Amino acid sequence: MSKRKSKETSSATEECISQVQRIFRERFCHQCPSGKLFGLELQYKHLLELLKRTTIHGESNSALIIGPRGSGKTMLLNHVLKELMEIKQVRENLLQVHLNGLLQTNDKIALKEITRQLQMENVVGDKVFGSFAENLSFLLEALKKGDRENSCPVLFILDEFDLFVHHKNQTLLYNLFDISQSAQTPVTIIGLTCRQDILELLEKRVKSRFSHRQIYLMNSFDFKQYLKIFKEQLYLPAEFSDKTFTQKWNKNVQSLSEDKTVQDVLRNHFHCSKDLRSLHMLLMLALSSITVSHPFMTGADLLEASKLCRMDSKANIVHGLSVLEICLIIAMKHLNDVYEGEPFNFQMVYNEFQKFIQRKAHSMYNFEKPVVMKAFEHLLQLELIKPVDGPSVRAQREYQLMKLLLDNSQIMDALQVYPNCPTDVKQWATSSLSWL
Amino acid sequence: MPNFEHPEYPEATLLHLESMVPCRESQVSSLLSVFGKRQHFSFPSIFIYGHTSSGKTYVIQTVLETLELPHLFVNCIECFTSRLLLEEILTQLQNLSSEKKHGSRVPCDTFNDFVRLFKQETITQDLQNQTVYIVLDKAEQLREMEANVLPGFLRLQEFTDRNVTVIFLSEIVWELFRPNTGCLEPFTLYFPDYSIGHLQKILSHYHPPEYSADFYAAYINILLGVFYTVCRDLKELRHLAALNFTKYCEPVVRGEASERDTRRLWKNIESHLKKAMQTVYLREISSSQWEKIQQDDGEPGHLKGLSAHAHVELPYYSKFLLIAAYLASYNPARTDKRFFLKHHGKIKKTNFLKKHEKTSNHLLGPKPFPLDRLLAILYSIVDNKVAPTANIFSQITSLVTLQLLTLVGHDDQLDGPKYKCTVSLDFIRAIARTVNFDIIKYLYDFL
Repeated sequence: MSKRKSKETSSATEECISQVQRIFRERFCHQCPSGKLFGLELQYKHLLELLKRTTIHGESNSALIIGPRGSGKTMLLNHVLKELMEIKQVRENLLQVHLNGLLQTNDKIALKEITRQLQMENVVGDKVFGSFAENLSFLLEALKKGDRENSCPVLFILDEFDLFVHHKNQTLLYNLFDISQSAQTPVTIIGLTCRQDILELLEKRVKSRFSHRQIYLMNSFDFKQYLKIFKEQLYLPAEFSDKTFTQKWNKNVQSLSEDKTVQDVLRNHFHCSKDLRSLHMLLMLALSSITVSHPFMTGADLLEASKLCRMDSKANIVHGLSVLEICLIIAMKHLNDVYEGEPFNFQMVYNEFQKFIQRKAHSMYNFEKPVVMKAFEHLLQLELIKPVDGPSVRAQREYQLMKLLLDNSQIMDALQVYPNCPTDVKQWATSSLSWL
Repeated sequence: MPNFEHPEYPEATLLHLESMVPCRESQVSSLLSVFGKRQHFSFPSIFIYGHTSSGKTYVIQTVLETLELPHLFVNCIECFTSRLLLEEILTQLQNLSSEKKHGSRVPCDTFNDFVRLFKQETITQDLQNQTVYIVLDKAEQLREMEANVLPGFLRLQEFTDRNVTVIFLSEIVWELFRPNTGCLEPFTLYFPDYSIGHLQKILSHYHPPEYSADFYAAYINILLGVFYTVCRDLKELRHLAALNFTKYCEPVVRGEASERDTRRLWKNIESHLKKAMQTVYLREISSSQWEKIQQDDGEPGHLKGLSAHAHVELPYYSKFLLIAAYLASYNPARTDKRFFLKHHGKIKKTNFLKKHEKTSNHLLGPKPFPLDRLLAILYSIVDNKVAPTANIFSQITSLVTLQLLTLVGHDDQLDGPKYKCTVSLDFIRAIARTVNFDIIKYLYDFL
């Protein structure tokens, strides 16, 4: 039985696995435009309607797409645009301007970018404009003078919309929305943002020109649908070259989705974060272990990937500290317990450490104060402790107040797994307040 | 037989790679599986974190260079503003795509221009759609630059629509990097710290050819025994190992002991290592001074470290001024009467002696005091009469210049200057001893 199996699996050639990897990497890492949308039919229809009205009927519009990170806003927009571009009339007429709040950090840059994307650099040339509004209306006039009297519809897409709100006077937003209301050229403005309170951030004059049309993407699927999405994401497309491999692969995916361990892993993941982006990272990690000798994904792969994704990073850092540094952290823990979280300074920590050395320690050597200070500064460098009121030049180093950025449960858990921890140090950590 | 198997790279290269990265095999194989083939897409951003000297920079550089993947390496401390960083990346990118043109610096002000120029540069034939890796070392500095730099790099693959992966290397965990409104999460990879066995293995690698590997391994064992509880930083330990090895070999060189006589070798080196911990480890003296001391004679003798230079010789009244300042800083004002007046009358014991350990001034630091209080205490502790001449005041100013006192608050002429004493207890005790003054008797915390 196993011999036959190995003969079958060896049919997964080098080329085939490479193709598989390529497809999935494009799907998960690069968000290829042919990805599927899940549970967004209503929003899709709404957006498509809106854009059709601008492009075909010449209406001006504005809308905001609001949803948490990774919920599929950009993907939705790209899908709608792809479908729109299949209509000949749209393809020939529509002008698109894509702006991003992370790239265009002030209005001047934004205006230059708009000029560049509308390919109007030659037309603008060296002109100097009095105001932003003049510049923008000049651009749109110039578009009109193209070949026909009807002006081409322009679609402005503003990604990271909440960052445009922080520009001076919100000039860009004001002018864009103003144009969309004054019906010279058919202009549609679509903003994408992750902030739910975006409307409160708009100035009154900008808000009044905005159409208040909001499309919400809320990741509103339950665990059963999540499982279905998991399966869909892992299926190889029917156009894949090696048909037998596709069949076997898809059957494997089906059996995986029914496996108890896999479902547990996915449920844990689902409870942490619902969005598809984190699911993609999990699947990508599991898929990176697919090779010719291991051509099908197993539940163990997913378990490994899940563990990698959910590691506690601070616990990892504490694992690598030296024994002296661990003692300092325990001293800080005791100070926090006794004084209920009030900030401490190096002198207090050193005092506490001295008490331990003098009374309870057998395995720890009594280090000099400068050596302890160096260990303390290493903890500061790793940002496990932080000064309370920023770096101040006045206070001496030993007396600057700090706070610890680990809590007690993290410290105790880390001590359990700390390698070769001396027993008296461990006992000191677990001792209560009144051990004096 | 290499541990790493990868269809893309020849076996010989992988074997060579494995020999260059001891104790890091599993991290390298995770990286190789994440990178995939040359033309494959990978995660848009990878965040690698681990302790100081856990090999992050070294391993990434070795992997990228040995496998000859197109990459750029930028240190964010060297390029500490966004403009320097972006220009450096574009310059290195130019050198990457073609050997011939090592062009001038490309001016690039904003992230917008950077994305545009990056797109232009990566279209060349040489790259052939291979993944370009941008490695940003000491990535914690990115948090200090403009707010759009870090989220921008996380999404660089999306903005430029090219096959590029950004790798961040840092000691700080990702949770302290994440921007407020969220961002595209990178793939986080942890480089675990080296265990004591690993450290032993790596340090023994550097043994000088004159001595056997076992001899050196025994030396490393002793060194780790002394320093491991204090410091697990590989670079520091290597430095210490290199500095102290000649001293360790001395008995063998002089013919007093054989290579295997561990007890005598240990006796010879132990006090030396302990001395090293107080001086070279703390960078109190330079390594060349340390080596000179080893060459002169056996006993290290009187080592004058950097902090020893703080022990300046002060004139008579300056010493008393400093003592008075220390008393004024660390005693609460209400207790002055008890210490410095001849007849202080009855003082209720209960209120006076009640003090909590935490409010001990030696834990909280020195408190500021006005000039008048300083002079009042000075007059009471000095035996003979002291006239408030300009001489005394100028000595106070010179103490401030020596940074033994600090001036606190504004140069406000109305209230008068306030000072704080910034010397340690050991220092002031040494000074007090030279003038036969028992300072402990006068300190409130030691009542």
